[in-house]
Amino acid sequence: MRERVFFALALALGGAGEGAADGHAEAIGDAERGAEIWVYCSGCHQIGPDAEIGIGPPLTGIFGRRAASVEGFPYSKSMSRMGSDGLTWTLTTLDAYIENPLVLVSGTRMSFEGLEDPTERADLLAFLREYSDKPSNIPEAAPTARPDYPKLSEETLALVGDEAYGEYLSSECTTCHQRDGSDQGIPSITLWPEKDFVVAMHAYKQKLRPHPVMQMMASRLSDEEIAALAAYFGSLSN
Amino acid sequence: MTFNRRNFLGVAIAGTAALSAPRVLGQAKPHVVIVGGGAGGATAARYIAKDSDGAIDVTLIEPTRKYYTCFFSNLYIGGFRDFASIGHTYGGLASDYGVNVVHDWVIGVDRDAMTVTTAAGHSFGYDRLIVAPGIDFVEGSVPGWSTAAQNKMPHSWKAGSQTQLLKAQIEAMPEGGTYCMVAPPNPFRCPPGPYERVSMVAHVLKASNPTAKILIVDPKEKFSKQALFEEGWNKHYAGMIERVGPDFGGANVSVNPDAMEVDIDGTVEKVDVCNVIPAQKAGHIAHAMGLTNDSGFCPIDPATMQSQVDENIHVLGDATIAGDMPKSGFSANSQAKVAAMAVRGALTDSRVFPAKYSNTCWSLIDTEDGIKVGASYQATDEKIAKVDGFISQTGEDAALRKATFEESLGWYAGITADMFG
Repeated sequence: MRERVFFALALALGGAGEGAADGHAEAIGDAERGAEIWVYCSGCHQIGPDAEIGIGPPLTGIFGRRAASVEGFPYSKSMSRMGSDGLTWTLTTLDAYIENPLVLVSGTRMSFEGLEDPTERADLLAFLREYSDKPSNIPEAAPTARPDYPKLSEETLALVGDEAYGEYLSSECTTCHQRDGSDQGIPSITLWPEKDFVVAMHAYKQKLRPHPVMQMMASRLSDEEIAALAAYFGSLSN
Repeated sequence: MTFNRRNFLGVAIAGTAALSAPRVLGQAKPHVVIVGGGAGGATAARYIAKDSDGAIDVTLIEPTRKYYTCFFSNLYIGGFRDFASIGHTYGGLASDYGVNVVHDWVIGVDRDAMTVTTAAGHSFGYDRLIVAPGIDFVEGSVPGWSTAAQNKMPHSWKAGSQTQLLKAQIEAMPEGGTYCMVAPPNPFRCPPGPYERVSMVAHVLKASNPTAKILIVDPKEKFSKQALFEEGWNKHYAGMIERVGPDFGGANVSVNPDAMEVDIDGTVEKVDVCNVIPAQKAGHIAHAMGLTNDSGFCPIDPATMQSQVDENIHVLGDATIAGDMPKSGFSANSQAKVAAMAVRGALTDSRVFPAKYSNTCWSLIDTEDGIKVGASYQATDEKIAKVDGFISQTGEDAALRKATFEESLGWYAGITADMFG
């Protein structure tokens, strides 16, 4: 374990030198500190030229890659669905995923609760970026211009949903999503924790998640309406 | 629209007293009668019964015991679904939700007395009536064709035996024969439907009769998902499909069912199968009730789906003038939920929320090549107006098209459970 960390760190330093030359890599974060944060990931993921499938898929070349596209890795149904919907790993989507995996992929099998600190995420992303083939081709925004996604205030998260309103609104969901939790072609949305439901809907509303039907459905829901839906679907488990 | 419930109930009771109908005087529970058990009517029945929790009596009058969905009937023609899988019964609505399901034809409605009578001689009083009769055909819209000729030249635009007949005719076509579709003018049920059907017919013929031809005679300049269908036809069925639009006489067509001939702007074509989808209007009963206007469809209040002619009646689905919403099973299902909420609000003390409508139409072009179009809508003073929408793109990769197709299977399971329980 220890050895792998050091090995990764050495590579990162090498890469950082190259990146600094074209003036881009430093804009994301500190790759050297990112290499230290990588220990959270390295129990399951490998990175580098010889990286293989472990408990998780290898992260070499992750930037610009379609979600769920490493051949031979047994992705969750939820991640595969995101991949076919068009989710691609960019600075923005990776940042959101690392902050809270459930924002982007509700049924992910990655057992990682997320990195709250934006600086830590930036550093980790800077580290990961060293292992993508052509980092100089990857567009990136300056760190100050990179917002957190989905944009969710504490107030929004704290909203108490109106369950009766949620029940009415839910009738729009159940044309496709079955209340009994069937999961053929269209994912189940019953028995979700309220918070997961809220962040997923906001991720669609802010077009972080790719599915066009869900983007459309979520985009006209107010914060209160999303809370109402979450309260209703959450109540089904009681 | 707000309603003075006390006045409304007063009128209803007065109406009952004047009648010899089998409606109990002073009946405590309000009664909703629903005419038509498709995507609109069945959904409304289930939602009113479920959400009122026994506070409203619901009677659903539908002539057929088994309902075959129009949506996915093209997939049956293409061999992607068996016939049994698109058939549904009303047993769950009766047993699980307490809906009084009556298999009968409505032959009369007295809007003043607020009663419905059926062919079997029954009479049902209502506090609110929901009318969801689907479509009927405009006689004479395709000269030479009438409902009497529907076995020689099937429409198959109401699912059931007509769908089976068309599939049998396509499978019996002679080698190198011609399938002709006379496509309908706007507005009509299921805008992408004719073109999905052509795709499914082509899928069958490509495997069993590859030299056969498909001829579409179309009065419309443009059609739903046109770029997507045309891309798919070139990719999967190159050289098989020809479409004659209005510039080449597609709007000037007549047929001779006995001779199996189609006259396109003076040029007579001999065909082997002729699928005539005539111009459409609201289902007959809506006309008989006086709910339609000159367009042949029913104007409604965008916020509640109430008839503009009679506020005690709500109209749903293909029979309505629903603003920007297309005529589809999804739309009817969506409208039914708004109407169910409005009806419960008027007849009980349940809360009323703003109307939200949506629609998505999936179509299948070939195996695992699915596409979709959809939009969300809201009620404005004038109409049901589009808020936002999306459509599949040309050139999408196979994984996305496969996911879209699989999504349509999930939707079918979802909406039929939403309708029938």
